[in-house]
Amino acid sequence: MTTNSSPERIAGRTGRRDPDERGYFGAYGGGFVPETLVAPVEELRAAYFSARTDEQFQAELATLLERYVGRPTPVYEAVRWSNHIGGARLLLKREDLAHTGAHKINNALGQALLAVRMGKRRIVAETGAGQHGVATATACALLGLECEVYMGVDDIARQGLNVVRMRLLGATVTPVDSGSRTLKDAINEAMRDWVTTVEHTHYLLGSVLGPHPYPLMVREFQSVIGAEARDQVLALVGGLPTAVVACVGGGSNALGIFDGFVDDAAVRLIGVEAGGEAIVPGRHAARFAAGTVGVLQGTRSIILQDQHGNIEPTHSVSAGLDYASVGPEHAWLRDLGRAEYTWVSDTQALHAFQEITKLEGIIPALESAHALAHAADLAAGLAREDVVLVNLSGRGDKDVEIVTQRGLGASVAPPTEGDDA
Amino acid sequence: MSGRITDTFRRLKTAGRTGLVTYVTGGDPDLARSTEIVRALDRAGSDVIEVGVPFSDPLADGPVIQRASERALAAGVTLTGVLKLVSQVRADVHAAIVLFTYVNPVFRMGTEQFAARAAAVGVDGVLVLDLPIEEAGPFRQTIVNAGMDPIFLLSPTTTDHRLQQAADLGRGFLYGISRLGVTGARDEVASGASALAARIRAVSALPVAVGFGLSRPEHIREIGECADAAVVGSALVNVIAQEAESGDLIPAVERYIAWLRRDIDPDPGGGATVV
Ligand SMILES: Cc1ncc(COP(=O)(O)O)c(C=O)c1O
Repeated sequence: MTTNSSPERIAGRTGRRDPDERGYFGAYGGGFVPETLVAPVEELRAAYFSARTDEQFQAELATLLERYVGRPTPVYEAVRWSNHIGGARLLLKREDLAHTGAHKINNALGQALLAVRMGKRRIVAETGAGQHGVATATACALLGLECEVYMGVDDIARQGLNVVRMRLLGATVTPVDSGSRTLKDAINEAMRDWVTTVEHTHYLLGSVLGPHPYPLMVREFQSVIGAEARDQVLALVGGLPTAVVACVGGGSNALGIFDGFVDDAAVRLIGVEAGGEAIVPGRHAARFAAGTVGVLQGTRSIILQDQHGNIEPTHSVSAGLDYASVGPEHAWLRDLGRAEYTWVSDTQALHAFQEITKLEGIIPALESAHALAHAADLAAGLAREDVVLVNLSGRGDKDVEIVTQRGLGASVAPPTEGDDA
Repeated sequence: MSGRITDTFRRLKTAGRTGLVTYVTGGDPDLARSTEIVRALDRAGSDVIEVGVPFSDPLADGPVIQRASERALAAGVTLTGVLKLVSQVRADVHAAIVLFTYVNPVFRMGTEQFAARAAAVGVDGVLVLDLPIEEAGPFRQTIVNAGMDPIFLLSPTTTDHRLQQAADLGRGFLYGISRLGVTGARDEVASGASALAARIRAVSALPVAVGFGLSRPEHIREIGECADAAVVGSALVNVIAQEAESGDLIPAVERYIAWLRRDIDPDPGGGATVV
């Protein structure tokens, strides 16, 4: 139905809302990298700026997105869930149906093609939930590139399925045992690798983080989500949604879907962070609830830090949201008042996970379950004419062990807490 | 006004001797012992002492300095503690003192406040690992205004254009990173070290220090052939890690520095090569 993956449409989505030439979105962004990385980051910027207006590059990516990833992914109306909640209509953008099971593949393929164009034959990446690692390992298998993925040992323990998938795909998965042993530490280690191997290696960063041009480039590779979704929602309900809701780890699936609606001033854009166990240092990852301006891993944004400028540990039941910084463009959209940010707790996310699974037959990623949990609350307070679009960023197969440990899979009780539908 | 760093390099030049720059993480293994280590480095003949500010996410450092940062943070030492360390040693340490830091602790304190406090305790220069020239504008000016030297790192990947910018904006000395990679001791001097030093010399009259990976007296001598000073970091931090609990920490540090200087000191006892 849509031609959103066509080269013309991709080209139409690039070059909008560029940061300034130093990579700043308002007060956020920039390029805070060690000296050795300045030249490779500039090489990447030049290569990306040339590729994004290159028809052949765009055509190659468009073909892969359509025939390999399976785009466009559908927008599906979750009727049983909507009825259960009893408020606005709930629509799901099904990124869980993209090849490899999450939105991460859109960016991984884009950057892997760019690496080939730059003559780099080796890829390093970080991963938290393992979805970006799997997407990167997949792109590398497809294009014949060497692949090494850094992953915190705590994440290896909780996302075992994706570790096996990466290894099957031919990637080397290197455990990271430093710091908080999660996503942040995997990024540190990937950067340490890159600083040593820049001549032949591309760092395939998985979210809208890091030094310029990554936040821009990753958002543009993910903007296919929002472009498709806007057309699909218009076709399905005959108008724009009331609100678009997405979870925010680094923030790539959120910016990808927001991008389609950012010019539609009436559409609320809502990012959902990980509230963890409590909004207390070390027990959550809600940067906008408790963060301050700082620089982490190449970019200035809102970060969780102590009074001395050291990064605070974070916690979330979902590995992909368990990170102390957030994409700089989100900080800017928030300052502008164009996007709003909220958080949901581990418990709320697990509850939404269970509801969607049992009511719709869709097992969501725990990351996406955060967006679903907030969407449910929001929809409950809206009218039947309202439409809430949720980015279902990934599938939850990887999370079955965690939810089992949390006592979910074992129970046969229906999800009826507070249910009067 | 010429600062202590400039004076130090002028003296070295007059004496025809290669300078020794030593790096330790401030507060490793704790503030009291770290303070004694800095004094020992000075006694043993460091010309410039770089004091690292512990940071939770040292992404440009290899495992040795990462662990040092963890030990210092575990001992409760942050940027404030490092400034305290400098204030305690300043009166009796002859060597120039350079703070070596990631940018976030500095931004968190506030650049103006940081510069005022660092200058007040007698810091001579500041090197920020993740603040390249493009981001350094206002920061550099604040450091200069406070009477300290902003020190820039240069790498084999640095373009000629940016070498020139660093030459124009840097003060005190320029620091060449001899190899691609993170900090960490190696057995041999990187093959690109002299080429980088020569590229820097071609655009700047500032003294040049070269580091990353140096660990032995032969390395210091070799660097002395292309640069004004050699920097030793991880290898020294290793000595501290190994001897921290041995009761022999301070003498071990002094012995190590004396050994490093073996080939660059005019040794009245004879036997050493005088360069
Ligand atoms: C399914 C899924 N959604 C969301 C995220 C969070 O990343 P981002 O905020 O960049 O979309 C991840 C990250 O691992 C993920 O796997």
